[in-house]
Amino acid sequence: MSGFAGFVTRRLLATVVTLLAVSVIVYVVFYVTPGDVAQITCGPRCSPEQVRQVAGQLHLDDPLYVRYWHFLQGLVAGQDYSTGTSVAHCPAPCLGLSYQSDQQVTDLILTKLPVSLSLVLGAMVLWLILGVGTGVLSAWRRGRLSERVLTAITLAGTATPVFVIGLVLMIVVCGELELLPFPQYVAFTDDPEQWAWNLLLPWLSLALIEAAAFARLTRAAMLETLAEDHIRTFRAYGVSERAVIGRHALRGALAPVIALNANNVGSAVGGAVLTETLFGLPGIGQELVHAVRVVDLPVVVGMVLVIGFFVVLANAVADVLYAVADRRVVLV
Amino acid sequence: MTGGVRPRREAGAADRDSGDLANPGSLVEVAGLGVEFGDVRAVDDVSFRLAPGAALALVGESGSGKSTAASTLLGLHRGTGARVTGTVRVAGVDVQRASEEELRRLRGAKAAMVFQDPLSSLDPYYAVGDQIAEVYRVHARVSRRAARARAVEVLDRVGIPDAVRRSRSRPHEFSGGMRQRALIAMALACGPELLIADEPTTALDVTVQAQILDLLHTLRAETGMGLLLVTHDVGVAAESVDDVLVVRGGRIVEEGPVTRVLSAPREPYTRRLLSAVPRVDAAHPAAPAGGTEGTGRRDVVLEARGLRREFGRGKQAVTAVDDVSVTVRRGETLGIVGESGSGKTTLGRMLVGLLRPTAGEILLEGRAHRGVDPAVQMVFQDPVSSLNPRRSVGEAIADPLRARGEKDDKAVHVRVTELLERVGLDAAHHDRYPHEFSGGQRQRVGIARALAADPRVIVCDEPVSALDVTTQAQVVALLGELQRELGLALVFVAHDLAVVRQVSDRVAVMRRGRIVEEGPADQVYESPRDPYTRQLLAAVPSLDPHTAAERRAARRALTAA
Repeated sequence: MSGFAGFVTRRLLATVVTLLAVSVIVYVVFYVTPGDVAQITCGPRCSPEQVRQVAGQLHLDDPLYVRYWHFLQGLVAGQDYSTGTSVAHCPAPCLGLSYQSDQQVTDLILTKLPVSLSLVLGAMVLWLILGVGTGVLSAWRRGRLSERVLTAITLAGTATPVFVIGLVLMIVVCGELELLPFPQYVAFTDDPEQWAWNLLLPWLSLALIEAAAFARLTRAAMLETLAEDHIRTFRAYGVSERAVIGRHALRGALAPVIALNANNVGSAVGGAVLTETLFGLPGIGQELVHAVRVVDLPVVVGMVLVIGFFVVLANAVADVLYAVADRRVVLV
Repeated sequence: MTGGVRPRREAGAADRDSGDLANPGSLVEVAGLGVEFGDVRAVDDVSFRLAPGAALALVGESGSGKSTAASTLLGLHRGTGARVTGTVRVAGVDVQRASEEELRRLRGAKAAMVFQDPLSSLDPYYAVGDQIAEVYRVHARVSRRAARARAVEVLDRVGIPDAVRRSRSRPHEFSGGMRQRALIAMALACGPELLIADEPTTALDVTVQAQILDLLHTLRAETGMGLLLVTHDVGVAAESVDDVLVVRGGRIVEEGPVTRVLSAPREPYTRRLLSAVPRVDAAHPAAPAGGTEGTGRRDVVLEARGLRREFGRGKQAVTAVDDVSVTVRRGETLGIVGESGSGKTTLGRMLVGLLRPTAGEILLEGRAHRGVDPAVQMVFQDPVSSLNPRRSVGEAIADPLRARGEKDDKAVHVRVTELLERVGLDAAHHDRYPHEFSGGQRQRVGIARALAADPRVIVCDEPVSALDVTTQAQVVALLGELQRELGLALVFVAHDLAVVRQVSDRVAVMRRGRIVEEGPADQVYESPRDPYTRQLLAAVPSLDPHTAAERRAARRALTAA
């Protein structure tokens, strides 16, 4: 067990190092871009005096590593911003101020994050059930008509853009059949039941897109495992095909599924822009697109960091799950 | 186990009645069995019987169809697209006509199978005890807890120490021998009438092989189950069975009691097969009578002094080779023999310069030698993976020539043609790719590649262990021939004691990174001084069933002592 605990510790340390590297790259890329950073950050309608104030708050006169150090300090310990007349405190983890929307970036992200997480985690459950289920079925029914039909359906799922699937779902389910009202985001903390009903269609649309990749991957991995010697052992001992597939083949096929899932969850937190836009969900993706359009640098940097955080976190979780599923991983 | 089985028993009894004409005393009855994969006829008109409690071996080289025939006994070809004809009856079940349900009840409960590779034959994700319990619960209506207890019982029975604790281990935490014991335990769990063992010891070291064969012997004596053994190793068959079937190209060539077939084979193929088997008790055919003793230091080609190699750092460091010194003279073969993990391959790689020694030095013709040198070449174990599948064999053989700076394409081609012919291949096969050759031919390509650089020493790392015995004999003969003609010094690294004796003038026995005994081959094999060498030699299966029985008794005495 100490080996396992040691493995988890090492993995978490590696995560922290990766995040630091991500933050350096993001910070440098955005703040060393050509042009007047203070002017861009402050926005087009700022007076020269305001721009000077922003330049001071961003420590633009200091060398790059000092500026990055201040940024890190803010993340870990919080930071104070003096606006001349008053002092605003930005508590840790402070990602800076958005001068254009006059908000702290952390607060802005915190209002958007629950929406994105609700969307992605719910959709993840659906795409895992749909994708892995389809993959297992098509590995089992390999070569038969039912497998071909399943493959065709999942392929059609990936090939159809989310706004088509989502629109069709909305028109049919909400418009024609009137089974559900048109989705509108309700926070989980306000009303869990309404939260779920309203997210059902977004979950389904996102899951349908992602499920095909999982179905193909699961199928391939299952077929590979099914060809292995230990599967032959259990068949030769009269273990039923259902148990061979469900207990032995699926277990062996899980590793690549875990890896793909980590990547997809991580990137969907900030990348499900189309789904968010279509269903009017005020999530990270939408906000990021907005911030990029109006060139709100502190918001872009903060968002990219948060998205990076989720990608790295999801991969770390995947590695630990790997080790739980297959203890041999710890030995390496 | 009884309650739920009763109605099924009746079905089984009815089945037996319908096949009344069949010999009621047979545990296995195979008549006119044929198996086809597409156009390939893997098994052709094979018939045999096995009485309850008897033991029969299917002996044949790779591709002879012996494993395919054995797996039809459990109906394992269902749903794979293979066409099976003829009748197969096992423990009263007509395997060909049985329903899926009847087949599942046969598998494991009445006839259980033990497979070749014990690592890949167990599920890496579950504890060994759980896997045995799962199989047991398929056939016996018992609680999870009772099945688990049964698993521990059979694991203990096959000699897994501390079975309660070890039953919770996963397969990778077991050694090769323990894994094979665990598979045998799984086979025992439901008390089958027939055990089918498909190359059960091929992946194991010789001492472990002896233990497993002894275990099978004891278990059979105790439980009275029948044994169908599938093996390429005539020695393993001689140790374990009463009757033997020699299989070639899917057909039975010869059958009879094992003593008769091995001592007085009637068919030419059986005779050829037997004469190709290297004997651990036969002296090296071309042993120069004391010639190597007298030759002075002048003839020493390669010398290693105090070689040591560690892998890993700090606490995890493993010493693979520890203070080893060897010398090889011109025209001489030094055999290095040892079990897996003994460090013999590491030593071989250091001699060639593929691995840098942690300590010690290597002298090539008296000069310090570091890194690779054209004068020291290597022939690898696996002729499949040691040739690039995307390059023709001609290109592969030309590589060392070009590496030496030969730029003239014509000269290269001439030399490659010469080499191909030299190792007994058709020069017209210059542009063919490795997959178009058989295993033995590929190893010849490997030898030609080693010869290309005009070496003085060739280190062969298990050069024949992936080959059938008849091919093995041919490759060994080729190496001997080349040695005499070119005056090569050979270092022959292998786990097979008989092969090493066949080729070596001098032999070094390795164990845990050290050489425990070294000397002229005849001396080491006939009057071994080290107890480990004695143990190794006692574990080699004998081709004579009587000797085998005596050896078994002797092994028991050795382990008891």
